[in-house]
Amino acid sequence: MELSEHIKTANVEDVTLRRPFHPALRGTLCVTSHHLLFSDRKDEASWQLLILLKNIDAIEKSIENLFGYPRAVGSSGTITIKCKDLLVLQLEIPGMEECLNIASSIEALSSLESMTEMYPFFYRPSHLTLHGPWGLSSTEQYYKQTERLWDRWRVSKVNSDYSVCPSYPSAVIVPREVDDDKLIRSARFRQGGRFPVLSYCHHRNGMVIMRSSQPLTGANKKRCKEDELLLQAVIDGSELGYIIDLRSAQQAQQARMTGGGFESKSCYSHWKRIHRHHERGKVVQESLTKLVEVCSDPSHSVDRWLSKLENSKWLSHVHSALSTAGLVVECVERDGHSVLVHGSEGTDNTLLVSSLAQLVLDPASRTVTGFLCLLEREWIQAGHPFQQRCAHSAYSHARLKQECPIFLLLLDCVWQVWRQFPLALEFSEALLLRLAQEVYASNYGTFLCNSEQERCAAGVKENTHCLFQSLLKPDIEEQYLNPLYEPTDLAIWPSVHPQSLQLWTGMFLRWTEYAQNMEEAREEVWSIVKEHRERAGPDRTNNTLSTHCDTLTPFENLMDELTIL
Amino acid sequence: MEHIRTPKVEQVKLLDRFSNKSVTGTLHLTATHLIFVESNSTSAQEIWILHHHIASVEKLSLTTSGCPLLIQCRNFRLVHFVIPRERDCHDIYSSLLRLLRPVSYDELYAFSYNPKQNDQEREEGWQLIDLAAEFERMGVPCDQWQLTDVNREYKVCKTYPRDLYVPITASKPIIVGSSKFRSKGRFPVLTYFYQEKKAAVCRCSQPLSGFSARCLEDEHMLQAISKANHNSRYIYVMDTRPKLNALANRAAGKGYENEDNYSNIRFQFVGIENIHVMRGSLQKLLEVVGTRSLSMTDYLVGLENSGWLRHIKAIMDAAIFLAKAVTVEGASVLVHCSDGWDRTAQVCALGSLLMDPYYRTIKGFMVLIEKDWISFGHKFADRCDQLDPDPKEVSPIFTQFLECVWQLTEQFPQAFEFSEWFLIQIHEHVHSCQFGNFLGNSQRQREDLQLKERTYSLWAHLLSEKQNYLNPLFSPSVAESHPVLEPSTQAYHFKFWRNMYNQYDRSMHPRQSILKHVLTLQESKRELEGTVQALKTKLQKFGVSTSPLKPQTPPRERSLPPRPQSLILGAPLLSRKEVQQEEDKEVFGEEAREDAPASTGGERTVEGSSATENGYGELMGSFGSKNEPGVVTLEFGVARMTC
Repeated sequence: MELSEHIKTANVEDVTLRRPFHPALRGTLCVTSHHLLFSDRKDEASWQLLILLKNIDAIEKSIENLFGYPRAVGSSGTITIKCKDLLVLQLEIPGMEECLNIASSIEALSSLESMTEMYPFFYRPSHLTLHGPWGLSSTEQYYKQTERLWDRWRVSKVNSDYSVCPSYPSAVIVPREVDDDKLIRSARFRQGGRFPVLSYCHHRNGMVIMRSSQPLTGANKKRCKEDELLLQAVIDGSELGYIIDLRSAQQAQQARMTGGGFESKSCYSHWKRIHRHHERGKVVQESLTKLVEVCSDPSHSVDRWLSKLENSKWLSHVHSALSTAGLVVECVERDGHSVLVHGSEGTDNTLLVSSLAQLVLDPASRTVTGFLCLLEREWIQAGHPFQQRCAHSAYSHARLKQECPIFLLLLDCVWQVWRQFPLALEFSEALLLRLAQEVYASNYGTFLCNSEQERCAAGVKENTHCLFQSLLKPDIEEQYLNPLYEPTDLAIWPSVHPQSLQLWTGMFLRWTEYAQNMEEAREEVWSIVKEHRERAGPDRTNNTLSTHCDTLTPFENLMDELTIL
Repeated sequence: MEHIRTPKVEQVKLLDRFSNKSVTGTLHLTATHLIFVESNSTSAQEIWILHHHIASVEKLSLTTSGCPLLIQCRNFRLVHFVIPRERDCHDIYSSLLRLLRPVSYDELYAFSYNPKQNDQEREEGWQLIDLAAEFERMGVPCDQWQLTDVNREYKVCKTYPRDLYVPITASKPIIVGSSKFRSKGRFPVLTYFYQEKKAAVCRCSQPLSGFSARCLEDEHMLQAISKANHNSRYIYVMDTRPKLNALANRAAGKGYENEDNYSNIRFQFVGIENIHVMRGSLQKLLEVVGTRSLSMTDYLVGLENSGWLRHIKAIMDAAIFLAKAVTVEGASVLVHCSDGWDRTAQVCALGSLLMDPYYRTIKGFMVLIEKDWISFGHKFADRCDQLDPDPKEVSPIFTQFLECVWQLTEQFPQAFEFSEWFLIQIHEHVHSCQFGNFLGNSQRQREDLQLKERTYSLWAHLLSEKQNYLNPLFSPSVAESHPVLEPSTQAYHFKFWRNMYNQYDRSMHPRQSILKHVLTLQESKRELEGTVQALKTKLQKFGVSTSPLKPQTPPRERSLPPRPQSLILGAPLLSRKEVQQEEDKEVFGEEAREDAPASTGGERTVEGSSATENGYGELMGSFGSKNEPGVVTLEFGVARMTC
């Protein structure tokens, strides 16, 4: 079935559009295969609103007509469109039939699941060319950059045909002394084949963060010699490593009944296990739904607001994610030991915790490029199932299957870190907001599919553009820079007291009046800093000290003249 | 000094409130301060606690490591010492019990505090704020309002100031008659005049109406207020209490205005709770945010159950109502509660702040506090527990006002000349009793105490370090284009003020501050501009023309004088050192001179002269030392491994 066959009515005139902060507009509404287009009717300087149909999470329609006269003249309908970026729009459409047609087209087109019909495969802007370099980094590149790894670690291609672990990339970093056969055996012992691989090597002390899925010990406490050897090789002689299990001890015990399990003390004698309970899947998805519901309800009194906020549990998830990441950092940076992180599948909370820990530990991951590389390595290549997790967002009435806003949770946590260290990150909140939007609906192919294997099969790299590449184009990157950035080499330990964490207003209240004064203040900060920069000279890279002791250009001139005298 | 039996105890442990960390040091007890000096560390921290700041001292039961002493301060600091020997602990404990309960005003710190100013400087300090000039600024006296001398001798109302402004048509007999019909004689007087619409904000106490009593003079008084404003046929009478409380007061012969007896009034209850409810609410709030390893759920639920933010919102709602009535309808408003010195002060002051950009400047805010709080007799001595307290009179009414202002600064980041440090510093000194401004309960009492002759003014002190309190984002042009603030009262705008209630819990604060950074930028720019200027002058001396140089953009109006970079934001700058040296001398006298902590070079904080030492330190400070990255604590709970 061609996409266009879903479109029963392509054009409606005289539609009224209502959206937050703006007066109602009248204009023409068009539905295309991938977009909803609204354009006001003024000929000159006409204003347009273009929404990716993929961005539409839910639509609600209400029809006003005279009872018993379905085709009555003058009847009209209202469609409420709720987007995945939390924007809510209303369209008043004259004519009941048109209204129903539009609604059903949107419904059909916004929930298409066929990969190759997705918009990124059709997005061909003139300023981008296909077949350029795709992506920013790879396992091999990370290995090449990290000199500390060369001695004891190697890049293994055991998964080059994705047969050992379908959700891993083709190359992974493992201890040098463990050969591919052992890896294959270890993979059989781990859920989904996700055997322990290196995720990060700390530049200060060479300690590493590993990640995997749960071991399949099962009810009768199976063992796997190769898996034990693999982990032994990770710590290599040092007396201790930590396993951060993202389930409660009880949950880990229960997992054995269904074939899963945990690394027991007797088999992994050099590893200490710490259990930290993290909610997952449906619970987190429901949190988001509740949170967004509270934030968009204008009637709440002070009292009900806090209890509803609490009831959503979203901030509790933020709290536990940051705490566990802090724990990992504590193990690596302070205790000087390596860490293995896993939950059950190792594709959600595992990635959340390991990437947050890297942000805290590693100055390189706090630049724009570094952060995007981190996302690429730790989320996209590491096999976070984006397509399943981000099929729907907070408004959807659809029966949810695999949805879970773990990635959004990551962005929220990063925002919390940024709040506490406003100078330490090179990127600004704008980048996080952009990513939060792109992950649900995008012109680019970056967040398509669930794994490298699927992306390969669908030809994503050949047929779509890369979001990260385009974000790094100088003129675009500029929008996402933090004017206050001052790199620091130190770990940035976030405080995890509840008093130190806040609701991410820029995301969850972005369509309320709240944001406006803040926006002005932010611009003022920008202008102060910019003014300072202009005087400090064009050299932006050198701004570590420059903010304090840089020289004014006229100052230099004066000095010259003085020396001449 | 006779109350101090043990001036110094060594090997005292100071426990961190939220982690298992502790530091060891020496405890000094002086006539004015309790001082803890951390031993054997290069960056030895010192904690200075002014006796007046101590709200309670508690001796907990003996443990193996010693005798714990728990000290709770009015500026929300909580310190937990463990003293090795029980006898020492008991000595300190009983000395403190005596020292923190001064029996006469003469014992307050303000009367011994001496910042080395001469009498002239002191007098100038006291003359900084001139309320007569303030009323003139509002346009009073005018053809409808005049100054009355009826209270020159404090005969009509003991708790009002001498100078009061009333409608021209209100004769002395009317005033006196009205005052007899009002609680504590606090008859309706002008507090703010909105020149644009000739609308007045007046304040008073509740009428002694009981179930049916009337007073013709009082009715005339309200009539006179109403007539003084030609823009509106009616005036609003705001009773800031919940209706139930007002009804209950009727049984005691007090109550509220009966709309049938007064012509052209619109009566309105607002529903701000009384001082006892507020005291309890703050208590609950502090319990919640002082809990160790607090979960997100307990935090949010506890915050809600304390009711604190609900009370803040109630005050804000009332102020918004007041500002709207005056600026939009052009109606005059009469505000009262029971005695007219708590809720009334909150609502009048906050309402004026919403209406008049002047009150959002540093100087203007001082004037506002001087007018609506100090001169109109908010009972600072009782509410802040300055002297021989009645615990039932203590209540965080003024703190709530400061918090309301803070909530507004969060909503309008560009509308205020000052930053939150200014508010926190004022809060600090309301309780420190270091300056004379807030001592006593009324203007009359302050005159009796001869405060202007015997103590110093806080306002002069704050103005001398004004650069610490500036808000770099302040934009006077925003004030011009939007003189009246219209805050939103959506629930999510009311946030917990961490920097106030957890101000001494360093580990909770953001590790880097935008505010501080921007201030530093502005400052370094200013410094460079100074250098350029100096070099230019030099060049001119040599006879070189500077014309080939790039033209200088004029410095931004709001830039700052140079200040040292190492200082934590909010710490008093220049004067701080002086004050400290001063205190060192005073505190240690001859007998303890050799122990003076002044000899340790570490950064110190003096309670009562600094709002800082909370964590607005820069990253380097916190994480500089490699082995012990400052803020790590065990807050993530490595918990030495449970397997």
